[in-house]
Amino acid sequence: MGLNLVVLVKQVPDTANITGEAMKEDGTVNRQALPAIFNPEDLHALEAALTVKDQYPDAKVNVLTMGPPPAVQVLKESLYRGADFVALISDRRFAAADTLATSYALKCAIEKIGNVDMVFCGRQAIDGDTAQVGPQTAEKLGINQITCVSEINGIDEGKKTVEATRSIEGGFEEVRSGFPVLLTFTDEGYIPRPPSAIRMLAYKNASTDVSSEDFDESYMDGDTGVNTNLALWDIEAINADVANCGLSGSPTKVKKIQSVVLTAGDIKMVENTAGGIAEMVHDLIADHTLG
Amino acid sequence: MSNKNTVMVFVQQDDGIVADVSLELVCKARELADQLGVKVSAILAGDKMDAEAKKVITYGVDEVFLVEDKGLAHYTPIPYTKVVKQIIETEKPQIVLYGATTTGRDLGPRIASNLKVGLTADCTDLQIGDHKIRDKEFTNILYQIRPAFGGNIIATIVSPEKTPQMATVREGVMKMSEPVADYKGKITPVSVKLETSDFMTEIIKRVREEKSVNLKGAQIIVSGGIGVETKENFKLIEELAHVLGAEVGASRAAVDAGLVSQPHQVGQTGTTVRPRLYIACGISGSIQHRAGMAESSKIIAINTDPDAPIFGIAHYGIVGDLNEVIPQFIKAFKAKA
Repeated sequence: MGLNLVVLVKQVPDTANITGEAMKEDGTVNRQALPAIFNPEDLHALEAALTVKDQYPDAKVNVLTMGPPPAVQVLKESLYRGADFVALISDRRFAAADTLATSYALKCAIEKIGNVDMVFCGRQAIDGDTAQVGPQTAEKLGINQITCVSEINGIDEGKKTVEATRSIEGGFEEVRSGFPVLLTFTDEGYIPRPPSAIRMLAYKNASTDVSSEDFDESYMDGDTGVNTNLALWDIEAINADVANCGLSGSPTKVKKIQSVVLTAGDIKMVENTAGGIAEMVHDLIADHTLG
Repeated sequence: MSNKNTVMVFVQQDDGIVADVSLELVCKARELADQLGVKVSAILAGDKMDAEAKKVITYGVDEVFLVEDKGLAHYTPIPYTKVVKQIIETEKPQIVLYGATTTGRDLGPRIASNLKVGLTADCTDLQIGDHKIRDKEFTNILYQIRPAFGGNIIATIVSPEKTPQMATVREGVMKMSEPVADYKGKITPVSVKLETSDFMTEIIKRVREEKSVNLKGAQIIVSGGIGVETKENFKLIEELAHVLGAEVGASRAAVDAGLVSQPHQVGQTGTTVRPRLYIACGISGSIQHRAGMAESSKIIAINTDPDAPIFGIAHYGIVGDLNEVIPQFIKAFKAKA
């Protein structure tokens, strides 16, 4: 059997284009009000897994995401790029999960896949920038991790080891770890390949093989029937304990959300003229800020 | 005072030297502990760390739990998780703080996941306060304050139902106070049973260079943002910095656009600075950027957009094209100095 790889991806709101309407009153995010994108570093993680598959063609690339139904879009994009199997972990009872509850659900899903050699994910997602879900998932799986990876330097299939370069402050480390291991990727390496046109045609109508009353499939581009490459997993499907999911499995609570309000300081507007600027420089030299 | 229930800091060492961020956190822990009426404790792991442990105490630590093992000389996830977990389980601190470094961000989530407790990343402030969940009143809990969601909001996160409450904080965010040479703290050696199978990561090569960019130590910083537009224009930023004897800073947008390298980045995901003078050129002033420079003594903002948020915290504002303003600035300074 070839290498069994799992890639964890996330659909995120494009935080660069945010508006005030995107926040709900309780401080949670109204994701519908924002354009949703494939979390950038997760695309690098997917590319890393696909690069491994290029070298080891019998490797299997499984992509998992947890999120509401529209998150299926990042799974489709993964299929277009070369993933073998994708699953959407979606259940209303996952709602309001913090990083701990999220990592628990991902752990359950990874165990459902079983016999995984390497787990790949982005270092962090742009909506929270926490960089916690990768290591938390590794800990729950009881496996080693290599964070902030820029490059995989080699894989020894026989010895079941991987060598990778990871970024640290002011430099880098080259490390080796046995399988199974979770790697988190920065955007320094593995420029994502474009989607393949042939795969897009094959998968554009990909649909889930499980139907659920709670599941809104209206986002799909029409249903061409069962597609075994794309699965929908709810809490029962991944054998998760409800108590550890969603809000009840999340120790962190949002106490307060403040919109950023700027306090008007004693700003002195300087005229954009040689005289205005010279006066400011004079002031700054006089009070010893400059010079 | 009980020895449990402390405010604890995971003290990171790199190549045997305690990281600045850990000392900054110790000082913040001291402040929180004084408010709570409890002690400050620290975890230090490494090989031959006795002298560093003594140094840590001088920043206000009452007890250092010292774990020495050749295998702990450099950080790797599994052995360090084992060490920190064991000490937290035995000592039962109420709060644990980690530097938001690659090490702290590698370790903290593993501990949180193992102990099933909360962890808030990249806090820009920590406070003590009360919180109510339904009918249950929690007093003296940790407010973990951080910008979130692209910096458009500031969130106060709490995790009162699980102990310890944990947070990571970036270097430079908390202020380091002067050490007190005769501060009375003790070193408690702790032995942690590490198996060969715990050492799953083998470090083949480790390369660290001293930072060529010293933003933290700079008295004056000239920073460029996306408004600088091109690498060619960025030379103006460098020139002004050179003339003023300043360091070159940048916003994340400028770094992402490739105008300047990452070590120059100021802000929540870059370096936090408190210089005497900060000159923001073509920087709109997102909350993440401001989180990293708002404490500067004086701020000059140069921007073509009069509504740019940066003007809200600046002491001097110039509405204009930096390509015109900077050469005039240089000329004026050369004439006066």
